[in-house]
Amino acid sequence: MTDPAVADTRRLNSKPQDLTDAYGPPSNFLEIDVYDPQIVGVGRNRYTNYEVRMRTNLPIFKLKDSCVRRRYSDFEWLKNELERDSKIVVPSLPGKALKRQLPFRGDEGLFEESFIEERRSGLEQFINRIAGHPLAQNERCLHMFLQDESIDRNYIPGKV
Amino acid sequence: MSFFGFGQSADIDIVLNDAETRKKAEHKSEDGRKDKYFLFYDGETVSGKVNVTLKYSGKRLEHNGIKIEFVGQIELYYDRGNHHEFVSLVKDLARPGELTQSQTFDFEFTHVEKPYESYTGQNVKLRYFLRATVGRRLNDISKELDIVVHTLSTYPELNSSIKMEVGIEDCLHIEFEYNKSKYHLKDVIVGKIYFLLVRIKIKHMEIDIIKRETTGTGPNVYHENDTMAKYEIMDGAPVRGESIPIRLFLAGYEMTPTMRDINKKFSVRYYLNLVLIDEEERRYFKQQEITLWRKGDIVRKSMSHQAIIASQRFEGSSNPEKSQTPSNAEEG
Repeated sequence: MTDPAVADTRRLNSKPQDLTDAYGPPSNFLEIDVYDPQIVGVGRNRYTNYEVRMRTNLPIFKLKDSCVRRRYSDFEWLKNELERDSKIVVPSLPGKALKRQLPFRGDEGLFEESFIEERRSGLEQFINRIAGHPLAQNERCLHMFLQDESIDRNYIPGKV
Repeated sequence: MSFFGFGQSADIDIVLNDAETRKKAEHKSEDGRKDKYFLFYDGETVSGKVNVTLKYSGKRLEHNGIKIEFVGQIELYYDRGNHHEFVSLVKDLARPGELTQSQTFDFEFTHVEKPYESYTGQNVKLRYFLRATVGRRLNDISKELDIVVHTLSTYPELNSSIKMEVGIEDCLHIEFEYNKSKYHLKDVIVGKIYFLLVRIKIKHMEIDIIKRETTGTGPNVYHENDTMAKYEIMDGAPVRGESIPIRLFLAGYEMTPTMRDINKKFSVRYYLNLVLIDEEERRYFKQQEITLWRKGDIVRKSMSHQAIIASQRFEGSSNPEKSQTPSNAEEG
């Protein structure tokens, strides 16, 4: 008999966990790598683009393994789309580095190795934070950014 | 204080008849200091003596009457001038006249109604006090004695558990359960969180107790939220099918009973806030109101009973079903 003067602190009954759930792969796997910076183009029209590789088991993404090439302005486009359409607070991108685009610099400017690495790291952090957000995952712009070969700037914005 | 030389003045002292035997309770004042005051319950008689001690012997003290009041009032901090008195009793101790020597007056307020609990909050204060006043032409001499009132309840007849399924579509589905909806101040919140679907990377989960003090009415309602407790219940990433237990002892936190619409002036309500935090510091939460009530103290039992209480506290550490004391063997 439980004594009413003493609090009953026994655990509530719960269903035992299925072993396949307990030892199975977690259903929240999402990893995005931004790597392999390549300088594309000639002369004054050169720019750097990066490989964006996503591996996931989240059902909301059509492809479980995708690989695309994107440049900094593509990331800026994604940030603007999300700021306009979704209700989330979008994290910041690494800097625009306008000063590096000016002539008469002592170094390689936009194509300085250390700068590219800093930017690559910042972009990787940015895209991982966005893609993990449940509200951002509903936006078509994110899926197009991560999984379509190229970004169609004339797309119709909307939810997935 | 007279303008002409040294006028006669007096010190007032209020002493309760049961000052030796009556229990005292700690109560936090507006500036955060904790003081002890005599503890009263609804319906108890408040009786004692008022000692009026003349400052200068030999001189007479002229007065417009001596009285004692028992007051229960609500004070809103943004409206200090207006005190809302919900209990106001007065007893005349002496008619206008003069005191030739120090004197003691007996008083008794029989079976005084004290409908609400004493409360000192962020924007409102409810207090009870005795005030003895020697009325004079220019300025009265008065003395106040604050007391603390606790409101007691018994175990509620209906105390259903709180059980709910919440989540974000396709991302996170959980089912949470708390064993009761009404808890007394020394109770234990026993519950569990069951994960039905986990598609986000959870870092940890905690349960917070939030106190919400609401003052004002109509368009001027003001809420003040205060986190009374933060208790981590899970560290790490759960997967589907996992069940996380909750066992939160309320006695460790300084809380008051739930106060609903006291004299139509203020409310104090408590909420359990279940918070999940993911790897990107995003917070997912679900708030649920609980009712807190004050239980009367039980009389101390024998030592062997204390031992049973102690063993039951720790029964959950290994296998709860196996470690029963002999007296509990009937339970399955």
